[in-house]
Amino acid sequence: MTPSIKNLAKIYGEDIELLPQDLYIPPDALEIYLDSFEGPLDLLIYLIRRNNIDVLDIPMANLTLQYIEYVEKMKVVKLELAADYLLMSAMLIEIKSRMLLPKPSIEDNEEDPRAELVKKLIEYELMKDAAENLNQIPQVGKDIMVAQSYFERVTEIKYPDVSIDELFEAWKNVLKRAKQFEHHQIGKSELSVREHMTIILRKLGNKDLIEFSSFFNHETEPLPKLVVYFLAILELTKEGMIKINQQSSSSPIYLQLGEA
Amino acid sequence: MTQINKLKEVIEVALLTSSQPLSIEDLTKLFVEKTDRSTIRMLLDEIRNDWQEKSMSLIQVATGYRFQADSNFTEFLMRLIPDRAPNYSRAVMEVLAIIAYRQPVTRADIEKVRGVSLNSNTLRQLIEREWVDIIGQKEVPGRPSLFATTKHFLNDFSLKSLSELPELNSSLTKELSDSQTDQSIEESQEN
Repeated sequence: MTPSIKNLAKIYGEDIELLPQDLYIPPDALEIYLDSFEGPLDLLIYLIRRNNIDVLDIPMANLTLQYIEYVEKMKVVKLELAADYLLMSAMLIEIKSRMLLPKPSIEDNEEDPRAELVKKLIEYELMKDAAENLNQIPQVGKDIMVAQSYFERVTEIKYPDVSIDELFEAWKNVLKRAKQFEHHQIGKSELSVREHMTIILRKLGNKDLIEFSSFFNHETEPLPKLVVYFLAILELTKEGMIKINQQSSSSPIYLQLGEA
Repeated sequence: MTQINKLKEVIEVALLTSSQPLSIEDLTKLFVEKTDRSTIRMLLDEIRNDWQEKSMSLIQVATGYRFQADSNFTEFLMRLIPDRAPNYSRAVMEVLAIIAYRQPVTRADIEKVRGVSLNSNTLRQLIEREWVDIIGQKEVPGRPSLFATTKHFLNDFSLKSLSELPELNSSLTKELSDSQTDQSIEESQEN
């Protein structure tokens, strides 16, 4: 709306100096030249709506002719704009034809054709105003920057908790299963009871009294050996070659050579 | 006491790292233990106070709370952003205003107010920006789509609800209601 306002339009032969602030006229607007008005059609409609120009002063035939010329030109460039002007021209013709028709005086239900238009215009102005206000509000991405710190979303593989007991249980199962495939081998016993009977007798030959428990050092001797010692002691006792003494219960047990 | 401070820190860090505003509902999900909404609200107040004199502030919008840079930094921050949000044309803003203030509306309603046909590109821009969406069909011939604004629109304009939209120009609304009553008075007098 800044360019040379003076030459923009003429009403009744006079230049319009003040352009309405709330009217938007596209740069390639339809310019019309009539006796009573020269300027963009948008402005003409605006002025008619605002009662600044009497619509009866506008020759519709001329206007339509100029409109058609304009459409021919705009077909190449911007048909949409031409469509808008078609609507405006149609509206003007409607207003004028209604004004020209004689009003039946008795049954005057018909409103002033301009009233409806004025109502529409106000509603539009209201929304235009609202749009401007809306545009004043700071918008995210344009006027507002929203905080967004970086947070590394680690896609961590969650390992299940395993207790020692569960691990032990699992190991036991493995062993159990393994055992089922194991071959049971019976080997020859390398330990002889007789040999151990001799060892015991030899020891008793040196001392006359040996504590029973001294033969069972389970920390140094393997289990089979302990068993064999025990068997040997029983065997010697049975054959009467040694005697087992105990003074009282839970007192130490002693071995000594038999009388035989 | 330290427990409460911990909660506050968790809420703060959640808000700072979230790309969307977080509602109180969302914030309660941060904790395994049941946390009262009132507690969260209280902590949010504290966080807001803590940040008062800093470069960011905690604000409440339609779908929850968010941190945003104070407006006096926008000018600087914008220099870092090559593709800032577009400045919409007058037409787009007008259509947005009509949808915001008169929703739900059909395409025809919008065209009636503006007096010109609606370029489908205009609506598409608003829908793509997620400011507007179709909320249903009007039960009239042709079942035209009904358009309304979204929560996202409220968020982006820092509004908690539609009732916070700027008031319509009061002199124009008066003129509009006057023109309606004038007519009806005239009519009744003439009859």
